[in-house]
Amino acid sequence: MSEWCELPLIFERSKPGRSAYSLPRYELPKAEVPAALARTEAPRLPELAEPDLARHFSALAERNFGIDSGFYPLGSCTMKYNPRLNERLAALPGFADLHPHQSPEDAQGALELCYQLQQALAEISGLDAVTLQPAAGSQGELTGLMLVRAYFQDRGELEQRRKVVVPDTAHGTNPASVTMSGFELQPVKTDARGNLDLEDLRRVVGPDTAALMLTNPSTLGLFEEGIVELARIFHEVGALLYYDGANLNAVCGISRPGDMGFDVVHFNLHKTFSTPHGGGGPGAGPVAVRRALEPFLPVPRIVRSKDGAFSLDSELPKSIGRVRGFLGPFGVLVKAYAFIRVYGPALKEMSEAAVLNANYLLSRLKDVYELRYDRLCKHEFVLSAAALKREHGISALDVAKRLMDYDIHPPTVYFPLVVPEALMIEPTETESLETLDAFVDAMRRIAAEAADTPELLHEAPHGRSVERLDEAAAVKRAIVRYEPE
Amino acid sequence: MGTGYLALTDADREAMLQAIGVASIEELFADIPEQVRLKRELELPPPASELEVERELSALASRNVDNGRELSFLGAGVYDHYVPAIVEAVISRPEFLTAYTPYQPELSQGLLQAIFEYQTVICELTGMEVSNASGYDGATVAADACFMAAHATGRKKIAVAETVNPQVRQVIKTYAPGFGLEIVEVPHFGGVTDPEVFLTAAQDAAAAIFQQPNFFGCLEAAPDLARAASEAGALAVAHVDPLSLGVLEAPGNYGCQIAIGEGQAAGNRLSFGGPHFGFLAAKKDLIRRMPGRISGQTVDRAGRRGFVLTFQTREQHIRREKATSNITTNQSLCALAGLVYLSWLGPRGLRELGETCLGLTELAKSKIGLPLAFEAPVFKEFAVRTNRPSEEVVREAKKLGVNPGYPLGRDHPGLEDVLLIALTEKRSPADVERLAEVLAEVTA
Repeated sequence: MSEWCELPLIFERSKPGRSAYSLPRYELPKAEVPAALARTEAPRLPELAEPDLARHFSALAERNFGIDSGFYPLGSCTMKYNPRLNERLAALPGFADLHPHQSPEDAQGALELCYQLQQALAEISGLDAVTLQPAAGSQGELTGLMLVRAYFQDRGELEQRRKVVVPDTAHGTNPASVTMSGFELQPVKTDARGNLDLEDLRRVVGPDTAALMLTNPSTLGLFEEGIVELARIFHEVGALLYYDGANLNAVCGISRPGDMGFDVVHFNLHKTFSTPHGGGGPGAGPVAVRRALEPFLPVPRIVRSKDGAFSLDSELPKSIGRVRGFLGPFGVLVKAYAFIRVYGPALKEMSEAAVLNANYLLSRLKDVYELRYDRLCKHEFVLSAAALKREHGISALDVAKRLMDYDIHPPTVYFPLVVPEALMIEPTETESLETLDAFVDAMRRIAAEAADTPELLHEAPHGRSVERLDEAAAVKRAIVRYEPE
Repeated sequence: MGTGYLALTDADREAMLQAIGVASIEELFADIPEQVRLKRELELPPPASELEVERELSALASRNVDNGRELSFLGAGVYDHYVPAIVEAVISRPEFLTAYTPYQPELSQGLLQAIFEYQTVICELTGMEVSNASGYDGATVAADACFMAAHATGRKKIAVAETVNPQVRQVIKTYAPGFGLEIVEVPHFGGVTDPEVFLTAAQDAAAAIFQQPNFFGCLEAAPDLARAASEAGALAVAHVDPLSLGVLEAPGNYGCQIAIGEGQAAGNRLSFGGPHFGFLAAKKDLIRRMPGRISGQTVDRAGRRGFVLTFQTREQHIRREKATSNITTNQSLCALAGLVYLSWLGPRGLRELGETCLGLTELAKSKIGLPLAFEAPVFKEFAVRTNRPSEEVVREAKKLGVNPGYPLGRDHPGLEDVLLIALTEKRSPADVERLAEVLAEVTA
């Protein structure tokens, strides 16, 4: 592997007098902004010709790793292959060049696509009505909790219902969303089988409970075996059940959140439905609800009239309002819809393959890494490097970094918090047996290396553009933008 | 069948089931209680081939009147600026497109450095010292700014000018109950905000928010508004058009503590409203209140420069219920498009683009024989009185192949006869002539 050197910042490649842009130059009347409002000093944007611009971003891309680069078993992130067809479709001029303020009668194709996607998501979730507005899973969560809030406010129970129950295995977004929506967090524990502890739950659920937020299968990759009883406990006190759809990839066409008893569900289209994550977004976080919550959904709503024409309705007095501009991240919705059209009811085969791949990896790795809950998993599972740590001083982080030397993206580490030295592994359905076997080999070799050549792991990764980085120094120095010398 | 995306053969499946020690795939789901299993197929249209799906979605796309099919002067928050080819070339690189959030810095230096460069570009544009890695859109970053300001000041009131984009105000109001915030709207006079009135409204407020240029296209007396906010002890928050900042002063240079905005105009296509990105930048002392990812510079073990996600103790995965926000996924790829676009423009291109917008607007004002709705100076958008409901004007003009703009009466009662016209460099002087002709015809 070649030696990597520091890549200049785009500002360091900049030279006054160069530029890449080309704009039409019209004959126009001279117009200026009032002097008091005019820019006094030009922003120091980069100044490069286009060839160097292309080379700069190409060099940056070479220092990045995507699904197309290799196996990416990042737990709870569902890093599956992103079909290229979907990119082509979202870029069609009829979609990409459509102005969001275009009159609904001249945007019928776009509205129909959104409407059909809503129908599909309602069917997949087993619920009644869907909003496509939320921009990401976490905004879907927040929207869902706002709906819960509006629902109880409408019933005159909001003062009383202050608490949202969240398991200790939950994604950090859950408790953060609880706070942002004005509720109080009520944590509950996980039992010895990895299920939600029903006894702990019965103690805390009462007339002050607004909702439960649950990921099922959980972040441990385990299906909540007590789901039926659990739903009864909440519904009996008049509380609602919220389903965090981060792990929906395990159960499409197999078990629907609505049938499990959930009243509100958010989807992560960039996980289950294959839209590319773009290095941190854009995502999409549609929310599905039971009929009783429909009046509170964000505006505008897409309405289909008897003659099949689509229009937008913003006059819904009980709506929570708007959580984002326009209808939602439309380009992402196009990609997810195309994905669902390709699969149709065979989404079930997708989930089956995801679960098969995960269980296969689990069965081949649980003798070398600790497994806290020895059960069948769903689409992901959590191993622990605690034994390696105890015996050889090798942490989950060391294992993660060493995996990079095998050209594999590390799993999610140190999460969920209930498993020490956690390695959370989600292969997804799109990986071949050969890829899975290569991962097994790498993980087993790393476990052996931990005993034989631990320094190899401490020093990993090797041959990447940087070695391990000093995160504490980043906070201490607080350099968050380039400053010219 | 969708199995073109699945790599397992029947033989693979058999071998894997054997390794697991189960007889069938069904056995893998034995932990799902019988009564919550779906005992039928999902009722979805049958699987379709790639070709069929492309045909079907192309047919849907063709039923939309996109900007290639009519001469459009729609703006009102989303603008049809030219997106250069280099932008698409960069954001379609699979190493960017198909990556997750850069949790593992050694495999994500490309993106982390790009985010660092993006943060710098946003700071340069806005005159600020810190920027996050992006928010969902121009509306949600306004809610983020409110939350930051409430924490920083301990106050619960937000003053927002009525001339701020109505969708932005609506999102703030949706978020407000959860934050326990009270929203006060500041009325406009002749299309702009009076600094005296703004000062009164900003008393006891955490933040005072205005938009420059405002939703009506008018230029506010932004420095006076920022001064008024500060005088009242509120954080001055400017919602700005990034492409105006080659000709308009940066908010950080006239006393604002926070600058936010919709980034779409910078390198992102219209796409019926998204995905786009919101930007959020602030003065340095607000960094620990800032929501979202931030890329920071550091060194590796060999002393080489590198980048990591930093100040993570603000974030939900560490702080959980005490985090500054629940945000995790943001709009990285859209922000990357913004970075590439602004780097393509450079300072001279940005200025030239701004001057072109100003000139086109001036031309349109002189060619269109309709009275201006407001007297204030403008940048790339202006409002005219149409002497009949502007919704009707739009309908009639569209029959002639021109979409003349946005009817302001949609969100502003009393302005039913006002049309908001947006000009970008994609509209030529000949297009402006055509608009003037058509407007003359339909308002005659």
